[in-house]
Amino acid sequence: MDLDFTAEEQAFRKHVREVIRGELPREISDKVLQGRGLTKEDIECWQAILNRHGWLATTWPAEFGGPGWSVVERHIFNEECALASAPRIVTFGLVMLGPVLIKFGTKEQQDHYLPRILDGRDWWCQGYSEPGAGSDLAGLKTRAVRDGDTYVINGQKTWTTLGQHANWIFCLVRTATEGKPQDGISFVLVDVNSPGVEMRPIKLIDGSKEVNEVFFTDVRVPVTNLVGEENKGWTIAKYLLTHERTNIAGVGHSTKDLEKFRKLAAEIERDGEKVADNPLYAMRAAELEADLEAMRVTNLRLLADASSGAAEGHRSSLLKIKGTQIRQELQNLYRSALGSAAALDADDLSENELAVPVEAARAAPVYFNHRKLSIYGGSNEIQRNIVAKELFRE
Amino acid sequence: MDFRISEERQMLSDMLRRFWGNDPMLEARNAAVYEAPYQVPGVWAQLAELGVFGAFLSEDEGGFGGTAEDVVVVFEEAGRALSAEPLLGQLLVMRLLAGLGRADLLEEMVAGATRGALAFAEPALSVDLSRTAATAARRGDGWVLNGRKSAIYGGPGADVLLVTARTDAGLGLFLLRDAPLIEAAMVDGGGIAELVMEDLAAECLAEDAAPPVEAALDLGRIALCSEAVGAMDMLTAMTVDYLKQRRQFGRPLASFQALQHRVVDMVMEGEQARSIVIRAMASYGTPDQARHVAMAKNLLGRVAPHVAEEAIQLHGGIGMTWEYPGSHYAKRLVLLDHQLGDRRDHALRLMRMCAPDAGAVSRPVTARTPESQTA
Repeated sequence: MDLDFTAEEQAFRKHVREVIRGELPREISDKVLQGRGLTKEDIECWQAILNRHGWLATTWPAEFGGPGWSVVERHIFNEECALASAPRIVTFGLVMLGPVLIKFGTKEQQDHYLPRILDGRDWWCQGYSEPGAGSDLAGLKTRAVRDGDTYVINGQKTWTTLGQHANWIFCLVRTATEGKPQDGISFVLVDVNSPGVEMRPIKLIDGSKEVNEVFFTDVRVPVTNLVGEENKGWTIAKYLLTHERTNIAGVGHSTKDLEKFRKLAAEIERDGEKVADNPLYAMRAAELEADLEAMRVTNLRLLADASSGAAEGHRSSLLKIKGTQIRQELQNLYRSALGSAAALDADDLSENELAVPVEAARAAPVYFNHRKLSIYGGSNEIQRNIVAKELFRE
Repeated sequence: MDFRISEERQMLSDMLRRFWGNDPMLEARNAAVYEAPYQVPGVWAQLAELGVFGAFLSEDEGGFGGTAEDVVVVFEEAGRALSAEPLLGQLLVMRLLAGLGRADLLEEMVAGATRGALAFAEPALSVDLSRTAATAARRGDGWVLNGRKSAIYGGPGADVLLVTARTDAGLGLFLLRDAPLIEAAMVDGGGIAELVMEDLAAECLAEDAAPPVEAALDLGRIALCSEAVGAMDMLTAMTVDYLKQRRQFGRPLASFQALQHRVVDMVMEGEQARSIVIRAMASYGTPDQARHVAMAKNLLGRVAPHVAEEAIQLHGGIGMTWEYPGSHYAKRLVLLDHQLGDRRDHALRLMRMCAPDAGAVSRPVTARTPESQTA
């Protein structure tokens, strides 16, 4: 047995680390480190840098502009991005739609959309959830009715992340009402600037505006914007749920967050003692570190299986549950460590006015924001259902 | 990166699984291990024949294994079978004797003809060997020992007892035969002993053996964690089967989501446990050994009792009965945490290694109160 990365993989890590640290603007990584909101320009700037290196669409085959990395190399790259406090890439075009077009799209769709995702001309968002269809996505009601060469779309989508920046949205829409709910769904691409599309921000628990509701009123979309076959959209949705989930644990993020906690705990004092020396905090951190180390190996085991072509099966669901539990618990610990200082809304204070290190000032809002982790991407309860289905199969 | 085990070890694993893998064996186990001699008749000799003890030594030492990976393979199968054979004592003693070059004693141990046990723990000593209170003093040409030793796993019936005691040089290691042991059954089966020493004559093997004893104990911890992984696997599988069979309200318990999700968490903890054992095993003998072994013992000390408690609850009344095999697995999974330092002892080890000034001096951590460690 051998848990080490190969010499080539280690050299790869060194290379991407140097490039990331060399190219990532300090002002952007500071925002990420401090949990402050990123502007559209910040994200576009970072994605343009990655695109220049050919490192933006890491899951695409090389012929479509991917870097041709192995799953292990992708894992290393993601880990290094997190450790460097790089912005998360916006996944909707790059991780979701791109692979869907590559697998299900026509040649025309691939030729038209893929380059525009890479160079940033198009910013994609996702129209999946609806007010009445969250975990039970197949219950979605947004209708697309065929009228000659166009679909006419009416309905409402919600939880559309960063939709305020987007010019395109891919949607699951109902094109048939007979039979099983899953059998009447289609996957359609919609220009956000079409007449009848309205995007409204939803303010979240932490005060941020990263998600939106999208309203569709008689929106006309050419039928050529259908991806795959009509009424086969559920197959595409399921494909996305099982595609490339080896990065789901967020090991890099947790490693970074634990490092942040250790740094903070060694700096701040409470009642005459460093937080790091308080056994109550030290013990929680020690046990979380053990959990994280175990998850790191669980993730590597999954990568090793994926490298040899074995199916991920339910283990990526287990990784999602455990990974998000650890990330949330780290946020919890970090917020707690600040004591009374965590309650202060630091947004309008300068670095000099703050009583705590600047990267800790937004600990409480960031903690609240991280509650989303166990809800999105298939809630942790849905993940448990997926595993249970396999465990209790007769 | 490669998570496959070697062909030889796979063969050993398969062989042990075949040997142990049947229900009558578990029945015989439960009939035998809760009273003297705490072993299933005949099994020890067969384990020797299968090469279990040879797996504890390298070729140079007279075996064919000797790595942490060999130990993990043997103990995972022992855990699956819920074996109460005194493998842990044998492992600890064989590793220590191998380190001391005592080939004369090892040959008999590989053959299973000699059984060993290690007396290092004391009523007030769990993992910190520097707290050893038992003393050794020269008397004439030899040595005598004084003090009390506790939790001697596999003590009953052991032919060779290794004992740690303070010497002027440090932590001495001594050999006793025919020690006056106070013998008892473990609550989860198997033999355990206490030892009260009053001017007890002993052979000195080393006047300072702290590092090798520490290394042997870390290997023992990996063994226990691996045993727990095997036992958790089995108990979780038994729980899944039971929920599929048992019907209430006109449907199988397996159809209730509240129960399904609890089993999923058991499976998830099982995966985490397996991963941390792999981590500790791969780090054995490297500078990361202490950290990763402490992580493993801490993590298993949290998840194994959790799996045990959940399994009992999910089985309902049946899980409370002596007759049901699962209850014995549950006992093992809880009491494993009490051996060679529990989750809190190992959390403290980790805390010392992570403290801001760690590395300068290994500073003893003074926990305030027992309650303060449980947050």
